[in-house]
Amino acid sequence: MRMTSTIAMSEDGPTLVQIRDLHFSRGNKAIFRGLDVDIPRGKVTTILGPSGTGKTTLLKMIGGQLKPSQGSITVDGLNVGKLKRGQLYELRKRMGMLFQSGALLTDLSVFENVAYPLREHTDMPEALISHLVLMRLHAVGLRGARDLSPSELSGGMARRAALARALVFDPMMIMYDEPFTGQDPISMGVLLELISTVNKALGLTSLMVSHDLEEAMSISDYLVIISEGVVVETGSAEALRASSSEWVQQFLQGKPDGPVPFQAAAPDYETELLGESRVSR
Amino acid sequence: MSDFLQRFGHFWIAIVERLGRATLFLFQLLGALFSLVKRPALLIKQLHASGVMTLSIVLVSGLFVGMVLALQAYNTLIDFGQENRVGTLVALTLVRELGPVVTGLLFAGRAGSAMTAEIGLMKATEQLSGLEMMAVDPFKRVFAPRFLAGFIALPMLAAMFSAVGVLGGHLIGVEVLGVDAGAYWSQMQNSVSFVHDVCNGLIKGLVFGFVVCWISIFEGADCIPTSEGVSSATTRTVVYSSLAILGLDFLLTAVMF
Repeated sequence: MRMTSTIAMSEDGPTLVQIRDLHFSRGNKAIFRGLDVDIPRGKVTTILGPSGTGKTTLLKMIGGQLKPSQGSITVDGLNVGKLKRGQLYELRKRMGMLFQSGALLTDLSVFENVAYPLREHTDMPEALISHLVLMRLHAVGLRGARDLSPSELSGGMARRAALARALVFDPMMIMYDEPFTGQDPISMGVLLELISTVNKALGLTSLMVSHDLEEAMSISDYLVIISEGVVVETGSAEALRASSSEWVQQFLQGKPDGPVPFQAAAPDYETELLGESRVSR
Repeated sequence: MSDFLQRFGHFWIAIVERLGRATLFLFQLLGALFSLVKRPALLIKQLHASGVMTLSIVLVSGLFVGMVLALQAYNTLIDFGQENRVGTLVALTLVRELGPVVTGLLFAGRAGSAMTAEIGLMKATEQLSGLEMMAVDPFKRVFAPRFLAGFIALPMLAAMFSAVGVLGGHLIGVEVLGVDAGAYWSQMQNSVSFVHDVCNGLIKGLVFGFVVCWISIFEGADCIPTSEGVSSATTRTVVYSSLAILGLDFLLTAVMF
């Protein structure tokens, strides 16, 4: 199957992922209301935003697991929402995704998990598969854990094994869904180093979704803050820190008061506690 | 009143919508079966998981059901001096009805619920999404092998249930109650038709296997990916499969016999 692609350009250089006028809803709740984002090629980009703003949903939409109700997502010149199943699978072979849970197959060992994409999509001889898998496992520090089952791994190890699996097929881009959640300081440091090194060494495009501001800002070339379905701010870590937006400052400094309410939308507190009659008296 | 009508309408719309989703799911599942030609190892693994692992409960149940049937038949038939017909009654009851039906119910409880729980947990732990993102179709890798394995395994298990049940009937009828062994086997041989009884029993097993596997796999894939969602889906699998088996058994019996 042949797929042609065109290289889009933005202010930050060539663009790998272009999102235009993206709309998406879950039930009555609008997640995206005309989102426009460019993900530059060859850089580490992080999407930030409060919980429930649809960051993971956005990754799923870029991977074609969810379809937009309006607008387009173009990856390497291909409109993801309009690809047929076979074309989408061809595109996914060039994308890696690190899920929050690792998403390792529990009936396979660590080695077999990493070898899985190679066995599924290639006819490589066993010796070559073994070499490639061991190289990837060595890169993430898990060569010695090759025979363990996923249930025997700690959360950090499972995520590193999943990273080795995501990298084994030499993707053009890799998406990370909350890679630092629940990591101890050592695992966090290793992951930060890995993401940064892998991006440079393999010339990948990395797209990350994270809540961990300091860690994400330390390795990202470009950051996008989204809230209530639209982009609030974009730029480098320095640019965001210097932003005059009250919203951005509240988010970056973690202030409870500001344009973002701490409380979810709810009826009047006093009325709800005391009831209509008591309040009116 | 309008509130009641609204809820009633929503309830039925939700049921029809779910049936529609299940039907589309089935078409996709059937389309993915061809992929197993290239990957027989996946099928063999699932035949072991759903067939071989269910064998012990099926054989033990079959033995006891056969023994009970022989006991009941003997106590009834002896009043008419027809105790030599115990073998006929045991065999016909097992091959036509109890073999496929009880095996179907046991299969739904043992293998069907396991399929739903496994697939539901794969969904909850993002393993299915992970496969999708690795450009691997879960229908081909996960659902189709389980479906075909259950479809093949259930009639075979039903046949073994009936065979062991006949032996259980022999144990009680002949060895314990003293029915003549020659009469037990020859009456059975004369009364049980291979095409009319045995083959129809196997067809029932195939139909039950198809339905139980469809329900089990759909419930797993369609469940809410939480611990409560997986638990509810597993319960629904056993309830829906059992009701479907009993309902279909009546229809098939009405058509076949």
